[in-house]
Amino acid sequence: MNAKTHISIKNLTVTFGRQKVLKDVSVDLPDHRVTAIIGPSGCGKTTLLKTLNRLLDKVDGVKVEGQVLVDGENIYDPKIEVTRIRKKMGLLSQKPQVLPMSIFDNIAYGPRIHGVREKAKLRQIVERQLAAAGLWDEVKTRLHEPASRLSVGQQQRLCLARGLAVEPEIILGDEPTSALDPQSSRTVEQRLIDLKTDYTVIVVTHILRQARRIADYIVFMYLGELVEHGPAAEVFAEPKDPRMKAYLTGEIS
Amino acid sequence: MGFRRRKLEESIFKVLMIGSTVIVIGSLLLIIATVIVKGFPAMNLAMITQTPKGGYYLGKEGGILNAIVGSLELAGGATLLALLFSLPIVLYINLYKRRKSRFAVFVRFSLDVLWGIPSIVYGAFGFILMMMIGLRTSLLAGIIAVALLELPIMARAMDEVVRLVPSSLQDASASLGATKLETAVHVIVRQCLPGIITAILIAFGRGIGDAASVLYTAGFSDRVPGALLQPAATLPLAIFFQLGTPYPEVQERAYASAAILTLIILAISLLSRWYGRKFRKNSAI
Repeated sequence: MNAKTHISIKNLTVTFGRQKVLKDVSVDLPDHRVTAIIGPSGCGKTTLLKTLNRLLDKVDGVKVEGQVLVDGENIYDPKIEVTRIRKKMGLLSQKPQVLPMSIFDNIAYGPRIHGVREKAKLRQIVERQLAAAGLWDEVKTRLHEPASRLSVGQQQRLCLARGLAVEPEIILGDEPTSALDPQSSRTVEQRLIDLKTDYTVIVVTHILRQARRIADYIVFMYLGELVEHGPAAEVFAEPKDPRMKAYLTGEIS
Repeated sequence: MGFRRRKLEESIFKVLMIGSTVIVIGSLLLIIATVIVKGFPAMNLAMITQTPKGGYYLGKEGGILNAIVGSLELAGGATLLALLFSLPIVLYINLYKRRKSRFAVFVRFSLDVLWGIPSIVYGAFGFILMMMIGLRTSLLAGIIAVALLELPIMARAMDEVVRLVPSSLQDASASLGATKLETAVHVIVRQCLPGIITAILIAFGRGIGDAASVLYTAGFSDRVPGALLQPAATLPLAIFFQLGTPYPEVQERAYASAAILTLIILAISLLSRWYGRKFRKNSAI
């Protein structure tokens, strides 16, 4: 396994009011791999993912202790600029959230915010990222139609392309296929696998089979604790923790 | 036994529901019919193209152009002023503050209280404010008083739409590295545009129809208002004054004025519906 990492979580504890949602989680996530965060619902998978781009800060009454180091920099340092951290990471949510504008403008939104003005450059970015998300051929003749006219599966790939357009290093997926039909799910899964050559991919999933299909590295959460983590082949072949075994056999879900 | 009782209940409530609907629709039609029928004799081109002439208050020449223009200017200015304040309030409590925070709840409560305040109180408050800053009865003073009246209506109507934007859409924009302001302007306002336009038009409708708030603040004038610091006539006050005269000819003009005001408000309602529908059809939502 690649020893280099740019995401390192150290003693992370997250509290909502009085409830501890994450308990002292420490893990290094490998670069250029697909990491799947798995576990039964309510175990803190999504919370863990949202701590990575600080979207969690917005939730009421949330307290974050510990550190998340991205490229050696603690992103919970109060001096840090949140928008810069978020730019490093593309996010795919459960339901695709297209922005209320055209297909073209959805992709160009991020680059424009970060200062790209030239039309030719924007056009080039839009084409490249739509191609990377496997959507270009389907939409190239109707780039200026509202993005909401796309099918849900296409919308999710649009969201992927939009995330890629800000040139992130990391792609975060929060159950990114849960609203999609099986075929679109497979397309998105394949895209995530392809993208790991250039990006670090971290995906929350509640579908065990999906984790088996796409993951190189597994992080198993249970009731807010990090129970087991390691290369997917090892974890699936020889789970060490009894709770992990129980989850794999379907006794807890 | 049980079945027959339930069937009876059903029929009684059906009658009540249909009855209420008929009464409401009927009142609307009756109002429109009354102002048109009663105002018909006074309706002519001069009403909307001329200001009151010498014999106007005795039922002779002239029209109410002064009040039509005054009302449009006043409600337009007030709506613009109210918009300048309500949009920031709404974006602030929905995007910058947590939506259910105490602060947001307090702001919503305050707006609801302001909404309930009778317009004569805004007129009186506006009058005191005028005295304090040394402003005389004028279009500007009227605009300020009516803006105060419109603000809670506009802000709450906008809040109701902005609140419905899923937080995941904000997250989507934030995760691309957008600041809150960028998210607010490019995503939230755009997403809510039909609702925001509707809120603006509702507030405009309330503002143009209100008499009490302009009584002491905008004053009245027979001339078409040309400057912010001059008194301005308004349709509601024109109706009020005309109805108060002992001459039937002038009272007919009051009804004609009422018909014009009703038409303006009807046009605004239709415009907002048409716009909303058009936007929904080609929108990105």
